[in-house]
Amino acid sequence: MMIARLAFQSLRNRWVTALLTVLAIAVSVMLLLGVEKVRTGAKQSFADTISGTDLIVGARSGSLNLLLYSVFRIGNATNNVTWKSYQDIAKMPEVSWIVPLSLGDSHHGFRVLGTNTDYFTHYKFRHGQSMTFAAGGPFKDLFDAVIGSDVAEALHYKVGDKIIIAHGVGNISFIEHADKPFRVAGILAKTGTPIDRTVHVSLEAIEAIHIDWQNGAPIPGQSISPDQVRKMDLKPRAITAAMVGLKSKLATFRIQRAINNYEEEPLSAIMPGVALQELWGLIGTAESALSAVSAMVVVTALLGMVTMILTTLNERRREMAILRSVGATPATVLGLLAAEGGLLTLAGVIVGTVGLYVGLYLARPYIDHTYGLSLAIDPPRPDEWLKLGMIVLAGFVAGLLPAIRAYRLSLADGMMVRT
Amino acid sequence: MVDLLTAEVGQPRESVGSPDAVLFSNVQYTWPGSSPFTLSIENFSLGRGEKLLLLGPSGSGKSTFLSLLAGIVVPDKGEIDVLGTNMARLSGAARDRFRVEHFGIIFQMFNLLPYGSLFDNVLLPLRFSPTRRARVLAEGTSDDEAKRLLKALGLDESVIAAAKAASLSVGQQQRVAAARALIGAPQIIVADEPTSALDRNTEGAFLKLLFAQSAEAEASIIMVSHDEGLAQYFDRVVRLDDIAISTRGPRQ
Repeated sequence: MMIARLAFQSLRNRWVTALLTVLAIAVSVMLLLGVEKVRTGAKQSFADTISGTDLIVGARSGSLNLLLYSVFRIGNATNNVTWKSYQDIAKMPEVSWIVPLSLGDSHHGFRVLGTNTDYFTHYKFRHGQSMTFAAGGPFKDLFDAVIGSDVAEALHYKVGDKIIIAHGVGNISFIEHADKPFRVAGILAKTGTPIDRTVHVSLEAIEAIHIDWQNGAPIPGQSISPDQVRKMDLKPRAITAAMVGLKSKLATFRIQRAINNYEEEPLSAIMPGVALQELWGLIGTAESALSAVSAMVVVTALLGMVTMILTTLNERRREMAILRSVGATPATVLGLLAAEGGLLTLAGVIVGTVGLYVGLYLARPYIDHTYGLSLAIDPPRPDEWLKLGMIVLAGFVAGLLPAIRAYRLSLADGMMVRT
Repeated sequence: MVDLLTAEVGQPRESVGSPDAVLFSNVQYTWPGSSPFTLSIENFSLGRGEKLLLLGPSGSGKSTFLSLLAGIVVPDKGEIDVLGTNMARLSGAARDRFRVEHFGIIFQMFNLLPYGSLFDNVLLPLRFSPTRRARVLAEGTSDDEAKRLLKALGLDESVIAAAKAASLSVGQQQRVAAARALIGAPQIIVADEPTSALDRNTEGAFLKLLFAQSAEAEASIIMVSHDEGLAQYFDRVVRLDDIAISTRGPRQ
């Protein structure tokens, strides 16, 4: 107790360096815990990208590829799904709902998704949350578009604006469907999913803008005006993928097998949750790297503390000599410095942990809004407590380093500092 | 010696075996290292209640002598008997304990923990020594005793109230150090040139107050100095060169 008091008083005497050391440790602890929070938050957000959908159906390919282009709008489909296959699946008795997805066009780098209005009701994210409209509503007219919040923000669109869709998915596209402009009918609220970066139009609209096209280029000399196209049959011939909801989850594997074995066309059906897990496994190595870096920062902070104690040691030899003269054993001197390291680290860990939660509390709405990342404010989990405990222990052990040096000096000096 | 012994009767102390507070016999000690310094003392004694001045130029082995006396190091050969206890027989921690129980030590300068208050500094030995603590508490509170000593050593009440030791002048610091050495009445006061940073007038006043208090506590005083002018204040003067042989140089 007395040792702790002396250590505390001595630290208070050097409060500027002590404070900086505590801050360094606090920041490193904040980083360590923060990375952990962001990691779990990101993992959760990732898993929350799509929910409520039991199966995603596309042309036969790997499950990751299908997930990437249908949900994340990354990469391209290897093939299309015919409208007949779509209708066959829709007719299955176990299927509760099915939403078509048609990809392939873009608008200023944002993917254009052809679908129907069921998409807005059936696509769920983050624990079954539905999309909401920040402005306007779903498409009603053939040339209506509903844009995600990132699209609206990046391109400064508001409801009523005219937009032109480009053919292909490149950032800069040279071929545009300039003859058939769309009107922004609705802007979706931020979801933190790829929806934010998507321009949604009706399936019929996709058909309409390609009606005078062949092999990925306008048919020369043949141009059909928007008014003409409205009178034509716009039944889609093919789609890219479909989201399927089942009446009973128990049927999932059976339906998946049935679709995979569909005889008229090679198809793949994937369970989004499983595919998401698989994908996270791939990109999860980055998270370990982050954890490793934050652990290194903690080590750096502790090294800084050891340096701080070591540098003050020489000027404190007198202090040690006084303590020795009044009966302190070299072990007391050892304990004093080890306690100092322990106290500094403990203070750092406490300040860091409190700081993290305060920061989390303040920054959470912003992070959620800007990055669509929902960070949970929950008490440290057992493994985090363990980490914090380990840091304090490490600080104590690190404090032993200068302590042992002080012990030696104290043995050699005794009461007489011979410098 | 005789009247010193009778003086002991008034307040009996635990060790009454030897008439000497300290007795060195055939002591030899060599500092470890590449250029060792060896100090040999055949015979040296400090009487109980005696005020002794040990004179020696710097580098003559005063520090080594004090380290041996206070039990920081133990002799390679010979015996150091302090208040009837052979220091060499005690373990390191026991010597540390023995030191605070029986010694009050005043350094040349920088005696105080700069971050502590005057009281913190004066009361420091009591935290390590149950005997001295008990002695103080038998008379009253430790704060009262600290205050009494500080006043008796010539510090103003206003100075005593000032919190930090670091804000004191050197002379004031030495008075606080003396109070720390004296509190709880240890039997031996060891002072390592405590007045070297003081001017002549302050020095005399300081020593008189120190001696008055140590006499009240019936303590022996051994002061180490190179200043022969101090001789007038002491019962006995011993030159280190007369009792000790020091050799310096590579180990044979």
